[in-house]
Parts: sequence; structure tokens; C-alpha cells
Amino acid sequence: MDWKNLLTIAMGAILINNFIFSQFLGICPFMGVSKSTDTASGMGLAVTFVMGLASAVCWPINHFILTSETLFPDGNNLAFMQTIVYILVIASLVQFIEMFLQKSMPSLYTALGVYLPLITTNCAVLGVVLQNTQNSYNFIESVAYGITGGLGFLLAIYLFAAVREKLEYSECPKAFEGFPIALVTAGLLALSFGGFSGLKLFG
Amino acid sequence: MNIKQQFKEGLITQNPVTVQLLGMCSVLAITTSLFNGVGMGLSVLVILTLSNIFIAALRKIIPNKIRIACFIVVIATFVTVVDLFLKAYLKELSASLGVFIPLIVVNCIILGRAESFASKNSIAASAIDGIFQGLGYTIVLVIMCVVRELLGGGTFGGGLLGEGAKGITIFPAEFAVAGLNRPVGGFLTLACVIAAMQYFLNKPKKKTEKKEEVAQ
Repeated sequence: MDWKNLLTIAMGAILINNFIFSQFLGICPFMGVSKSTDTASGMGLAVTFVMGLASAVCWPINHFILTSETLFPDGNNLAFMQTIVYILVIASLVQFIEMFLQKSMPSLYTALGVYLPLITTNCAVLGVVLQNTQNSYNFIESVAYGITGGLGFLLAIYLFAAVREKLEYSECPKAFEGFPIALVTAGLLALSFGGFSGLKLFG
Repeated sequence: MNIKQQFKEGLITQNPVTVQLLGMCSVLAITTSLFNGVGMGLSVLVILTLSNIFIAALRKIIPNKIRIACFIVVIATFVTVVDLFLKAYLKELSASLGVFIPLIVVNCIILGRAESFASKNSIAASAIDGIFQGLGYTIVLVIMCVVRELLGGGTFGGGLLGEGAKGITIFPAEFAVAGLNRPVGGFLTLACVIAAMQYFLNKPKKKTEKKEEVAQ
């Protein structure tokens, strides 16, 4: 396996093309679940796990069923079904993880609480799977992109939650109270992440 | 059925983006030219209306326990239809919106309206709700696009008007704030739009509060 290639994917997903700050995927949970660093890190870890797993499950489905050359030798494959199939896989995966955690790791289950089912409608998860297909990554690259993309999300949401905790104590114009000032904060964080965009690895 | 109230709710008091704070991802990501904004807004409007009609029609058949999964399948079907339609007839739009067309599946506005409105109301009411909520979303997108394009690049109507569809130049690009075309501009513009919305929505309330204070 070409480790340089994997490292490029990883750095790209975590810093350069961060899912939140440069691709705008997964903004809803990023804004909704970032009031404290504890819940933020829980959500980030859960999303990382689901993103990695979804990449690992969707790749074989896409490769061996939807766009398989042995099943559809004339090229009339089922690629147009990708969106529907992927979202169903993600929804059932989240449901399955929920049941599994409830049975075997109740402490983690209670810690994640309502955030777990919300992951289904997180665009970052569907986004990563769709991008894997678009970039025609192989299996290992897909999983690496899923996991590191999730880590990028974790980094972003944790930093944002830490700033937001301080924001509670500061005064701001009345109209900007609450959500708008949080958006401005996110914008400034995005600006600092923009500094990574010139970063080039191996080349 | 109260069309007037639904109209006001969809566009102002319950605007999906600025008040309900749903569907942020696409609002931030694709509002760099008017063409993108109008295209995305209309796609969401069509999908929202169709899925609202369908879910309202099926609301007595869908079992309560698996309703979210059923909603998602209905929504994903319409998203695929629109995606294929755009790929066939509006290639440029499909290319510039990219992954955000299939991502309409997980746009919270559509699932949110399905859950909170279409699963409880009649087909006609749901259809109207879909149209007005979609319009509310489109208007916010268009405002964001116009502001970001004008201040970020000095043009208006990119992708739709002007020579080679590059937009009409209002002022030369070297005077523009280039940052507004980048991610940070999306966050800041949306923050200002929502802040303005909060300011105007709270204004009448403040007036009545002041009157009460004077009266006391």
C-alpha cells in the first residue's frame, strides 16, 4: 500500500479540505451539538466511527453489486441507485450501532444519547460515501478517507465548542445574540483553516 | 386551510433557514453565484413539494415506528429523479452543484417538513406548505448569492446574465472583497442575514414592551 497516498488523503481530509470549514458538510450537528466540549467530542467520535464504517460497507456494495462488471457486462449498471442505497445503508447502520451499543456498552450509549440517531441525517456521512465513489477510491483509501474525514470533523467541532463555551460570557450586539455570533465564530475558524489550503504534500 | 398564514410562515416567521436554522450546509456551500442559488433553490422546492405530497398521501399507511426510514426512501427517490433530470438537461448546473444535489436527501428542511407537517396534514395543505417553505429557502439562497457575488466579485447574476454568462460587472473585481467567495464569507454573510432577520422580527415585540413599560 502506498503510504504517501494515504498520508495525502489523511492530511487533506483533516486540514486542507476539512469537512466543516472548507466543504460545508455536517454543519447542522456542528452548530447544534457544540454547546459544550463533552458532548462535542462524543458526537465527533460517533461521527468518525460511523463515517469509517459507512465507507467500509458502502464500497463493496457499490463495487460488487451496483457497478459490477460481471453482473452488468453491457454497462447498464445500477449506478443511478447509489444515493438511495447509500442512505439506506447509513440509516440501518446507525440503527444497528444503536442497538449494539445499547446491549453491550450501555455507558457509551447513554453518553451519546439522542445524538446517535441524528447521525443518519448528517451530510458528512453521506457526503464522504458519495465522494469515495466520485473519486473512485479503492477500499483502503475509502476507509482512510472516511476515518480521517471524521477526525477532521472531531477537530473542528471540538475547537468550536471550546470557543463557544467562552462566548457565553461575552457581550455582543443584541441582534447577533445566539446563532449569528456562533456563525461569525465559525467563520473566523474557517478563515484560520483557510491557511492550510496552500499546503501541498509530496508535490 | 389558511394559505395566507402558510405563506407568511414559510417566507418570514417560520423561514426554514433563518428561523428554523435547517439546511445550513447547502446554504453556505453553493451560494457563490446567482445561477447556483436559483438552481439549488428550485431543486429543493420541487423535491420538497413532491415529497410532501407523497408523504401526506401515505401518512395513514406508514407505520409510526419506521416512519423516518420511509420518509428517507421517498425523499431519496425524488432526489434521484431531480439529479438525473439535471444531469440530462442542465449539465452545467449539475456540475457546479456537484455532490450537493444528492445531498438534498439529508437536507434537514425536507425531513423536518415531512415529520412536522406532511405526516399530519392533508395532501393539498402539504403541497402548499412545500411550495412556500421551498420559496422561503430559495429567497434566502438568492439574497446570500447576490450579496456574496456583488461584494466578493463585483458582478451580478453569475451564470445567468451578461457575456458568456459571467454576470454583469457592477464594479471592477480588484475592489472586491475576495474573502467573501471563500468559506469564511459564507459563514459571515449568513450570520448577518440571520442577525438582520432577528432584528426585524424582534422590533415589533420591543415596541409593545416599551409601551407596556410606559404604561406602568
